[in-house]
Amino acid sequence: MLYIGGQRKKNGQPTDKRGRVRPPYFGLFCLALFFFVVIFAELIAPFDPYEGNLQNTTLPPCWQEDGTTEHLLGTDMLGRDVLSRLIHGSRISFLISVGCIGFYGTIGIIVGLISGFRGGRTDMFIMRLADFWMSLPAIIVLFILASVHGPSAQTIILTFGIMGWPNWARIVRGETLSLKERDFVRLARVAGCGNLRIMFSHILPNVINTIIILATIEMGGIIVLTATMSFLGLGTQPPSCDWGLMLAEGRQYITYAWWLVTFPGVAIVIAVLGFNLTGDWIRELLDPKQKLQ
Amino acid sequence: MQGFILKRIAIALLTIFIVLTVVFFAFRLGGADPVAIMLPPNATPRNAKVLTEKFGLDKPLHLQYRGFVENVVLHGDFGMSFRYSEPALNILLQRVPATVQLGLVAFILALVVGLPIGIISAVKRDSLIDRFGRTLALAGMSLPTFWVGVMLILFLGVTLRWLPIAGRGTPLHYIMPAFCMSLYPIALFTRLSRSAMLDALKSEYVLMARIKGVPEIYVILLHAFKNASITVVTVVFGVFGALILGSVVVETIFSWPGIGRLVMESFFSRDYPVVQVFVMFVTFVVVTLNLIVDILYAYIDPRIRYQ
Repeated sequence: MLYIGGQRKKNGQPTDKRGRVRPPYFGLFCLALFFFVVIFAELIAPFDPYEGNLQNTTLPPCWQEDGTTEHLLGTDMLGRDVLSRLIHGSRISFLISVGCIGFYGTIGIIVGLISGFRGGRTDMFIMRLADFWMSLPAIIVLFILASVHGPSAQTIILTFGIMGWPNWARIVRGETLSLKERDFVRLARVAGCGNLRIMFSHILPNVINTIIILATIEMGGIIVLTATMSFLGLGTQPPSCDWGLMLAEGRQYITYAWWLVTFPGVAIVIAVLGFNLTGDWIRELLDPKQKLQ
Repeated sequence: MQGFILKRIAIALLTIFIVLTVVFFAFRLGGADPVAIMLPPNATPRNAKVLTEKFGLDKPLHLQYRGFVENVVLHGDFGMSFRYSEPALNILLQRVPATVQLGLVAFILALVVGLPIGIISAVKRDSLIDRFGRTLALAGMSLPTFWVGVMLILFLGVTLRWLPIAGRGTPLHYIMPAFCMSLYPIALFTRLSRSAMLDALKSEYVLMARIKGVPEIYVILLHAFKNASITVVTVVFGVFGALILGSVVVETIFSWPGIGRLVMESFFSRDYPVVQVFVMFVTFVVVTLNLIVDILYAYIDPRIRYQ
């Protein structure tokens, strides 16, 4: 099917004159906001996120009757500024999520490379193992680790690190399978490169595109998951300003302090929408054949 | 086929056994000492010794492990709950029906909403329904379940006072938790059935059916959807892992008396036998469901058997 001009939409998404998918301006804005806050947290946060003022407890946001312009989004039960806590919480959310993806991503890439490159029995065994692994819900591992090790940010990272690799391993393996038949790999072999060298300096750079797409797409989901764990009390502990934890703490005061349960959720949604919308766009750009759909 | 089934059953049993072993060693070696948890703060060392002997914790580790496995396999005995002084398994099983009911309602809701929207989205591409479907899928993927739950309580429970915010009993109690729990599966089903249908509609057999002059409704339902449904079924069964996490979250928020809430309470009061039973129960259910799906697939699609 041949489309000329920008009338036709690609996968339902609006396109420009040359038929490319239009950038998701809203998503990019959310993402930019998130990264801005993560990077400049100390500079833009008006108050210390951990220091409360007990004379100013549960102040409503500034547009409500008792609100002050000093505390734009109000204060919590210990008189801590909600906006400052949200701003600092972005870092926690970002670090935990990057930790998770970095952990299981690394395992997944290495396992996938080995599986695809070696082929044969190793490949069969690893793929079976991946199937088996995927069938286990991460939450049981989290309960085991949290019971033994105590709930903390590390517990979350470890849990998803252990449980998340199969998807990446499968995708990297698929790419490796087709890459290893290509001429440049054969030539590298002729030139005397060893297996490790071929895997990591010849095949890996060709998988980077896929890895970037995967990481962006999964970031949103991981932010939600890690916040969920903190909300349940299985992750970071007070007085941390993790968004999930803030929401859990605010839940007791829901009848008179609606802002304590509302804004942390809004923060999560902004971050997640940013990653999800941008991820879809990057996939359209870098993966035109839609192998990763 | 028989060999295939036997092999799958063997793998399933092995899985359960491995998880059981991990559970035993993690809890026994990880510092979750039942004696320290159960004794009151003013207990003497002698009391501790008596209790240690009673639980057999003074025996060598491999004997303890053997005893644990024997008790579990032969008697279904995971030990007594510290909180209720009743077998942990019984306590869990009492709470299962509540979870299953809520889970089923959420699951059916997700099917009834997600599949039709996904199919119509694919058939009427770029239409209003397609836009709605894609927004719904994005929302389901991006909105955290726990936040949606808390917001529902805030608006419908606290502010408007339309719906009860906790517990179980009347059909009204189901509305908020079930909606909350089905949000993610709805998004998943919508997205998946849309893309599976788009693929199917592009295929040659659909083109052929249209050339023959088959009415459009039959083309969509009999030719396209029938083939798309194979992909859909995989994900429909794959959603159980997400539903388990969802039930833990939703039951915590809405004080639903199911196993999700039980395991959270047990975890925080360090009632580890119940946590262990929960872990084993979830593993058992998930492994069994996977086994059934695998066998069904092999039955439907002979190519899988010979892989």
